[in-house]
Amino acid sequence: MQPATEVELAEYVRAATGPLAIVGGGTRAIGAVVGQPLHTAGLSGIELYEPGALTLVAKAGTPVAEITARLASERQRLGFEVPDLRAVLGRSGTSTIGGVVASNASGPRRVQVGGCRDALLGVRFVDGRGEVVKNGGRVMKNVTGYDLVKLMAGARGSLGVLTEVSFKVQAMPEAEATLACDCDAAAGLADLRKALASPFDVSGAAWINGRALLRIEGMAGSVAYRAERLRALLPGWQQATAEWRDVRDVLPFAGRAGSLWRLVVTPTAAAEIVTRLGGEAIYDWGGGLVWLLLPTGCDVRAVVGPRGHATLMRGKDAVAALPPELPAVAALTAGLRAKFDPRGIFNVEGAR
Amino acid sequence: MDMPTPNAAILARKSLIATRLRGVLPADAVITDPAETRAYECDALSAYACAPMVAVLPRTTEEVAAVLRICHEEGVPVVPRGSGTSLAGGALPTADCVILGVARMNAVLETDYDNRFIRVQSGRTNLSVTGAVEADGWFYAPDPSSQLACAIAGNVAMNSGGAHCLKYGVTTNNLLGVTLVQMDGTIVTVGGPWAETAGIDLLGVICGSEGQLGVVTEATLRILPKPEGARPVLVGFDSNEVAGTCVSDIIKAGLLPVAIEFMDRPCIRATEAFAKAGYPDCEALLIIEVEGSDSEIAEQLARIRDIANRHNPVEFREAADEDQAKRIWLGRKSAFGAMGQINDYMCLDGTIPVSSLPYVLRRIGEMSTQFGLDVGNVFHAGDGNMHPLILFNANKPGDLALCEAFGAEILKLCVEVGGCLTGEHGVGIEKRDLMKVQFSGVDLEAQLRVKDVFDPKWLLNPAKVFPLDVTESRRAG
Repeated sequence: MQPATEVELAEYVRAATGPLAIVGGGTRAIGAVVGQPLHTAGLSGIELYEPGALTLVAKAGTPVAEITARLASERQRLGFEVPDLRAVLGRSGTSTIGGVVASNASGPRRVQVGGCRDALLGVRFVDGRGEVVKNGGRVMKNVTGYDLVKLMAGARGSLGVLTEVSFKVQAMPEAEATLACDCDAAAGLADLRKALASPFDVSGAAWINGRALLRIEGMAGSVAYRAERLRALLPGWQQATAEWRDVRDVLPFAGRAGSLWRLVVTPTAAAEIVTRLGGEAIYDWGGGLVWLLLPTGCDVRAVVGPRGHATLMRGKDAVAALPPELPAVAALTAGLRAKFDPRGIFNVEGAR
Repeated sequence: MDMPTPNAAILARKSLIATRLRGVLPADAVITDPAETRAYECDALSAYACAPMVAVLPRTTEEVAAVLRICHEEGVPVVPRGSGTSLAGGALPTADCVILGVARMNAVLETDYDNRFIRVQSGRTNLSVTGAVEADGWFYAPDPSSQLACAIAGNVAMNSGGAHCLKYGVTTNNLLGVTLVQMDGTIVTVGGPWAETAGIDLLGVICGSEGQLGVVTEATLRILPKPEGARPVLVGFDSNEVAGTCVSDIIKAGLLPVAIEFMDRPCIRATEAFAKAGYPDCEALLIIEVEGSDSEIAEQLARIRDIANRHNPVEFREAADEDQAKRIWLGRKSAFGAMGQINDYMCLDGTIPVSSLPYVLRRIGEMSTQFGLDVGNVFHAGDGNMHPLILFNANKPGDLALCEAFGAEILKLCVEVGGCLTGEHGVGIEKRDLMKVQFSGVDLEAQLRVKDVFDPKWLLNPAKVFPLDVTESRRAG
């Protein structure tokens, strides 16, 4: 089913008699979901764009590419750097902005400006009763009532079907520079930490393919200044060119066999976790995000322990894709799902 | 402002409840003497006051849990309190409630520069979080103007902002994790010292829930390395509209000042009379602060000067040194005091799209004439967060009600142009009855359901945020 309007979508949800699998572009879903596909692609289009206020409102099914192009025409962008995971997850399809929000997908610049959830100003969604709920809005500061906007970001459709999202956007910088150093991961991460503890406002801090990378963006003079200061701080680092897209989209692991894990951890724990598990790793966010390619069947979560959480992005492991929650958190999460989707019809996990 | 009638059955059990609380807390942590509970009768919205039945001052998460368990069993409402600096009445007690103050929980639990976080007990003041790390070159970014006094617990409850959040975000963007005690005493750990939580973002909804979902006892906060320097400029314009356009152009050009503050003529005049900061007598004034090294500051200011010059400013004043920088900020920082010198005032907090600024200011001016009350506007212009200050005389019968009616009209206007009732102060009791202006019944119901999950008996800060008629059946249950 592909409703053409929010009203139609709400009616469809109200009338549903069984589970619904919500699909944006089908490029980011993880785990196995059962039910009748409910496509949001029919709800498409940018509804409001005010470059001078840095705000954009779009229907949830709007292709990310359309939004990116429109923003680029005003030299603006989504600051949190939307990852394109199609290659690494082996998907085709057109990524939608609703899917980005539902999975709270954020790229390397998260380390500087925050993630998708931080840029998200407002949502409209259809809950499990088929009622249209709005929360937040299109202004940068808003503490009016509970922040359901954050709840919806990353809920993977379990609380409702997003129909409209609004964002704070960012001006593209005048200049960008990358610094690099060939080194092992442990040494590279130590340098990244030094850079992130400096006042030089790093907008990317990664280790990939045997190289540690730092990115700085901003006005031309400022970028030159900070690049010089960082090189003084970090012996052995040089100006370089690098495809940050490789980090953002995890491209080195595209088409590779094995299980792909996404670990969000305390940065200083990252290297040790990877050493214990083996496999190949790409580190982003100064070590706070680890993409780990492993053989099937590794007990990743036992090694991560209380130092963060691990999501199985693709693989045949006999575990849930999403990390288990502590009992008190699980009780609250289940309570919210029961309230927002009392019939339990949204994105029900099926047999793997 | 209506508050629910105190529950006589609870008041009748006051001594029993106090005795039970003394069983789990040190003797000096349970306050029942009316002479002492009066200290908790109001927060910074001092127009409303009501002493609580009991005040408790626990020192640990476990003590908080023990208090809440007892109150849950006894069916006693609990009003959490940080430092009591809420401008919205977030910590206003009811006569039948237990005030739970976290002021004694002010320890730093962990500081980790490698992973860029600090973990504190929630009673610690905002400024003393920065105080704990600044000698090592770090700071905690959200900076509400009450930061000397306000507690992290209150910051989390209200999702507090500040003048510098244009660049650094508000509390929710700088909060990594909390320890939360639910009304039934359950202790929950949400998030931790890593970039984002897994699954449904409970942390995101806890932040800004105004003490209605649980009592936050510990917080893990992101800290940042201090910038090398900062410098403000002052730019005066002869119309609000032009000043607004200049703000928009600066933002659109991709400059990212840490703060863009706006003052209108009534506010400039009041401030000048009070603080003598040497501001130009003009229609609108911007204070723009940029950060970085000397060369980076110069680069940004040159660009800002270019943009401002396109709008024929009546004044463009750069701070040549620390002293001049302080003078530029002096008037802005004295604005509230200056208005208070003239009369009592009510401070509003609506947010509007920046593009609506000239229209909204014009309408506020018209309404000021209509209501016969003066108003000055101070404004975090970069993010559209307005602070109209309405002057009234608290000793003149009817003036407070008139002022509140005027305030309500301004907030309705904010919603009408696509904004919201409150940008950083919270709803509390102050904006509670206006929530239907911004939200439909379905929108509100969705929020109430969140509270149903965290606090099914509706005992935590129950008479706040939502109109009383909307929550009546839940509070009674």
